Amino acid sequence: MKIEREQDVVPFRNRVKEFAVKIGMSLVNQTKLITAASELVRNMLKYANGGSVIIEIINQGRDNGIRLIFDDKGPGIKDIPLALKDGFSTGKSLGIGLPGARRLVSEFDIKSVEGKGTVVTIIKWKNG
Amino acid sequence: MKVDVSKLLRKKKKEIFESWLNNQLVDETLREDLISNEEMREQSNALLDTLLNSISNTNIAEPSSPEFESVNEILQGLSISRARQGFSPRETGAFIYSLKDAIIHVLQLEIPNDPVLLYELMLKISRLFDRFGVVTFETFIQGREEVILRQTSEITEISTPVIRVWDGILALPIIGTLDSSRTQVVMEALLQEIVETSSSIAILDISGVPAVDSLVAQHLIKTVAATRLMGAECIISGIRPEIAQTIVHLGIDLSKIMTKSSLASALKYSFSLLQLEVRKTQKEKTNIIHG
Ligand SMILES: Nc1ncnc2c1ncn2[C@@H]1O[C@H](COP(=O)(O)OP(=O)(O)OP(=O)(O)O)[C@@H](O)[C@H]1O
Ligand SMILES: [Mg+2]
Repeated sequence: MKIEREQDVVPFRNRVKEFAVKIGMSLVNQTKLITAASELVRNMLKYANGGSVIIEIINQGRDNGIRLIFDDKGPGIKDIPLALKDGFSTGKSLGIGLPGARRLVSEFDIKSVEGKGTVVTIIKWKNG
Repeated sequence: MKVDVSKLLRKKKKEIFESWLNNQLVDETLREDLISNEEMREQSNALLDTLLNSISNTNIAEPSSPEFESVNEILQGLSISRARQGFSPRETGAFIYSLKDAIIHVLQLEIPNDPVLLYELMLKISRLFDRFGVVTFETFIQGREEVILRQTSEITEISTPVIRVWDGILALPIIGTLDSSRTQVVMEALLQEIVETSSSIAILDISGVPAVDSLVAQHLIKTVAATRLMGAECIISGIRPEIAQTIVHLGIDLSKIMTKSSLASALKYSFSLLQLEVRKTQKEKTNIIHG
């Protein structure tokens, strides 16, 4: 799914919700996943001028979950550990988007190359 | 045999025009409710004129030639206005495609003995009109998107009612996502009402907000801060359990803000702030005294 404008955020979140409902995720986990997704997608818009997200259902043993891959071609993040610190922001914001998103999901992975872009992958297990 | 198509078409303009209008009139998708016959005549005439002026024996095979720019402009104008008027894509497309039929019809009559040439011309005309069709649809969609954007902003405005629940107490139910522009509207409406009613308490109810991410939280915090600057207390109510858990994990600090789980408990709290009391009337006692 392409994310180019602020107007794309709500349809995207609804899409994530559809997937979460489809695998029977609990309301609390749904809300956590959607909120984390919302943070990452907003970062993508704010710092990288948009990008794309892949939404997929994955299985591991008996558990299934949702994997979201946020891919942008923005400026990248110089110091990832710093960006993951609570309160760090280059955008005069709260600086809790990345660290907060990490706390809300089961698995969190971030790769970034300066000048090339950023890829954030998150997984939320149905019962995770 | 060599044929000067542009000359031929210009010579046959009247036939093409009549046949085109006829095509449009018999088309079942014609929206007589949305467009008058004269208007249709006028629009058709303008387009046909421009097309016949632009078309030449060379550019007929080059749909993207800049010489068709004026044709495209007319199509775009028509398409946008039709999208706004509520025409469907099919109805809008019928306009341009029925012209193609009319032109091909005339070519068939004019070139009865040279199927190869006719075929070649038809192919070129087809390609040209495919291009016109694409322009028409692209603009049509653009027009529709503008309609949607306009409606979105209208919804934003109408969906932020400030309610005077009590003397000195305002409530503002927020429904949907709180983005930056929405927050601006909400904040303005709220601050305005605080001044007008000299209220001292404002309740922001977020039961209808699907998710509270850091952006929404920040907007809420700003609204609360602005309310306080106006000398009023601001309470946030309607925080659902799943939202509460998410806010905590996300790491948003709402501890400096008065929050309540429901509008009812926020109201109760407001009463206590204003030193008001709500009591059941003691009917039975009264009955005994009078009975
Ligand atoms: N996709 C991205 N591309 C480039 N830089 C990014 C990207 N995502 C985050 N960053 C950088 O990481 C920092 C931390 O991001 P984070 O989401 O935690 O905070 P924020 O967006 O500044 O504030 P908040 O999300 O709380 O409003 C950002 O300020 C920005 O510099
Ligand atoms: Mg952020």
